[in-house]
Amino acid sequence: MKYETVIGLEVHTELKTESKIFCGCSTRFGAEQNTNVCPVCLGLPGVLPVLNEKVVEFAIRTGLALNCTIAPFSKFDRKNYYYPDLPKNFQTSQYDLPIAINGYLDIAVNGETKRIGITRVHMEEDAGKLVHAGTIAKSDYALVDYNRTGVPLLEIVSEPDIRSPEEAKAYLEKLKTILQYIDVSDCKMEEGSLRCDANISLRPAGSTKLGTKTEIKNLNSFRSVQRGLEYEVLRQTEVLEEGGRIIQETRSWDENRGITVSLRSKEHAHDYRYFPEPDLIPIVTDEKRIQAIRESLPELPDARKARLMRDYGLSGYDAEVITASRAMADFFDAAVSLGSDPKATANWLMGDMSRMLNAAGLSVEEAPVTPAKLAGLLALISKGTISGKIAKTVFEQMWETGKDAETIVTEQGMVQISDEGAIIAVIDAVIAANPQSVADYRAGKEQALGFLVGQVMKQTKGRANPQLANKLLKERI
Amino acid sequence: MSLYAKTIRELNDKLKQKEISAVEIVEAALRRIDAVETRIGAFRTVTSDSALAQAKAVDAKIGRGEPISPLAGIPGAIKDNICTFGVPTTCGSKILAQFVPPYNATVMDRLAAKDAVIIGKTNMDEFAMGSSTENSAFGTTRNPWHTAYVPGGSSGGSAAAVAAGEAIWALGSDTGGSIRQPAAYCGVVGLKPTYGRVSRYGLVAYASSLDQIGPITRDVTDCALVLNAIAGYDPQDSTSVKADAPDFTAALAAGVKGLKVGIPREYFSPGLSDNVRAAAQDAIKRLTAQGAEIIEVSMPHTEYALSAYYLIATAEASSNLARYDGVGYGHRGSGNDIIAMYKKTRTEGFGEEVRRRIMLGTYALSSGYYDAYYLKALKVRTLVKRDFDRAFEQVDVLLTPTTPTQAFRVGEKVNDPLAMYLEDVLTVPINLAGIPAISVPCGLADGMPVGVQFIGKPLDEATILRAAYALEQSGEWQNRIAPAGEV
Repeated sequence: MKYETVIGLEVHTELKTESKIFCGCSTRFGAEQNTNVCPVCLGLPGVLPVLNEKVVEFAIRTGLALNCTIAPFSKFDRKNYYYPDLPKNFQTSQYDLPIAINGYLDIAVNGETKRIGITRVHMEEDAGKLVHAGTIAKSDYALVDYNRTGVPLLEIVSEPDIRSPEEAKAYLEKLKTILQYIDVSDCKMEEGSLRCDANISLRPAGSTKLGTKTEIKNLNSFRSVQRGLEYEVLRQTEVLEEGGRIIQETRSWDENRGITVSLRSKEHAHDYRYFPEPDLIPIVTDEKRIQAIRESLPELPDARKARLMRDYGLSGYDAEVITASRAMADFFDAAVSLGSDPKATANWLMGDMSRMLNAAGLSVEEAPVTPAKLAGLLALISKGTISGKIAKTVFEQMWETGKDAETIVTEQGMVQISDEGAIIAVIDAVIAANPQSVADYRAGKEQALGFLVGQVMKQTKGRANPQLANKLLKERI
Repeated sequence: MSLYAKTIRELNDKLKQKEISAVEIVEAALRRIDAVETRIGAFRTVTSDSALAQAKAVDAKIGRGEPISPLAGIPGAIKDNICTFGVPTTCGSKILAQFVPPYNATVMDRLAAKDAVIIGKTNMDEFAMGSSTENSAFGTTRNPWHTAYVPGGSSGGSAAAVAAGEAIWALGSDTGGSIRQPAAYCGVVGLKPTYGRVSRYGLVAYASSLDQIGPITRDVTDCALVLNAIAGYDPQDSTSVKADAPDFTAALAAGVKGLKVGIPREYFSPGLSDNVRAAAQDAIKRLTAQGAEIIEVSMPHTEYALSAYYLIATAEASSNLARYDGVGYGHRGSGNDIIAMYKKTRTEGFGEEVRRRIMLGTYALSSGYYDAYYLKALKVRTLVKRDFDRAFEQVDVLLTPTTPTQAFRVGEKVNDPLAMYLEDVLTVPINLAGIPAISVPCGLADGMPVGVQFIGKPLDEATILRAAYALEQSGEWQNRIAPAGEV
């Protein structure tokens, strides 16, 4: 039988506020253990939470960027469960009245746009971190680091609209792009600031009834999301093909073994005993505030992509790649505003720039070549001062030395020779030295011209204007 | 009369006139503690050294001719569920026996700013769960009027300390009557402020939506003075009310002429003892004589309030007390894995009543039962609130007995939790509605105190204080010290 895959994703993202969600402690990642703590986030007897207003603002920004309805009345609830990394043994979260509902985002699948529904966006506090001596299984004890306790999180839940592991990855990438555009999260999966759980089920193709789902946890990278889901599709298909039934359960992705393993079944699922958090007052949001936040949103990826295609004639693919990161798109816009040719700028960003960034492991913001410097290089090319080929060498030197293109070109005498007299002198010498090639060309062998041009370039150390050299050579033979 | 038997206002006058020193007051209270504490057991911790140091600082201030606040140099006792920096805060529980808070409750900072002297921490029913102070892990507090009787609870230590002259004033906490009921049993004044009037920051939570800190004193004027010191908006408590607190002493003596006093029929059920009924009727008579207008009102949902209270309070408690797991602080039991450790810690650390309420609350919030219990209780809470709103369309304050009976004997109800819960029947509706109420002594009957309760509109503590003051001034009960077992 042919099966259709149905996937919904639950994404947790840490908000990049200065302080925690219910106290004034710093959210800085990587601080010494248990230094970003106070009585409130340690859950000591008698403490009370005070909501960080910035968290609400970021949640509303996110809701709006994901085309959600912002709830005029929202509240916090307590999710009760025992775990040693949770000092109060309840997590302050949102249950039935989340801050934002009913949104969507669009992803590109095989060149077509597909809309994935967003069920809800809600605010909650992060838990601490357990540290074991050696491995969990062999450790005699566990230590708790409460630095992360109370760091604000958003949980973003998608509708079960995703139909393949590839779509899941595309959804995550798009979500990450949007969150970075609106500057609410760093979305670093390796630091845990973006985490993803996946619900996945299969059903006979054509059926509209949902199959029994499993929840996959411990998906720690974009790649593991895709691999974990691919594995689960195979596993569930196999179970169904053999006439078996899928058990509703939580499974964990084992990255090393490349499989998912059962964690707990539905019967052992927690009863979280949610109830309204009595220590916090409801969040009432008026239309004026929502409007103000809406107006403060930057141009979002989809709109930006459309603008790049419309205003600069970029292809859909190029515009997609450039706008996939806000920093890259900002770089593009800055360079173009300095007079650079848009198409050339896009090519440089997607080509040499991306190659150098990847090789150096740097982000766009950290690149030693700034938009102004790239614009300077492109100006030299378009003026004909240097050739495109030389420009690549210049770019690499700009990257290494931090100097601007003009300085490098002047210092190293890389200026292109466009003086006809100078080129003719070289051409005449080349003609004289290569009578056989000249004869071949005259006899109709076109490729002989290429050899001769190459000789001219060689004599001028690549500085002769290639078009001019070509034209003059033809005239002189 | 010894200094320990005087009121805040009297002592403040004497300090200002330099007739006495703050150190003398504190020494008088400490001597009184030495004399009676073995029979009363009001305190968990007596902080003699720091109390004397605080008193010395106040004397120095007076010596320099600086103005002092009404509470300056006057020793008060703090219920042991209010966090005091560097001083053990046990909540009457084994699980927090060794807990020393690294921070102060907001009320403690406010009292310190007024130079109030803290003489110790008082015994209580474990985590404020109880009506007799018999549920403390550290022993039972006795009623200073007769040591065979309970002082009430859960703020029994605070009420007994004030009644016995071991402290001039005290702070208690009131979730379902825990200030007012012991105040009535011990013959002192106890006020539960409007929910949000006094910051809860640093009050160890029992039921967050019901808990309030409030004063326990020997007369109504002192009650207003302590409330002045602790009331007001606190940004650290999101449920605190953004309203300026007035000077609660300002209108005390304005009288009750023309004041509309509601008598809710449902609070005078056949379950009242004769003494309690007679005391309330006497209060009505005295208020009428002073020109108050008595109006009978009906509050039809009163009978459901107690059940709703025990669902909401236990539900919140089951979550609030989850943090006592032996991981970060407090008692830790031993176990081979985390679950075994949790079980051992909580079984050893909590007393029977606390375990009972945690289980009740956990059940009320469980999937499948939530709607029938917790949600239903919230609806009842709304109806109870509406009863009060409607009554206050007609009247300015309500007058009721504080408790159905007077203090009972130690041990009399420990094996009958339901009978114990019924002691709260006249006080819990006020917590559900979040409104203020005060219990004021109304004489002795059969040798034991009786109290009546004035209930007010939200944030209208001033009016119930005025009514209580009028009642107090018209009777013979003003600032009485209990014999505390002295024959």
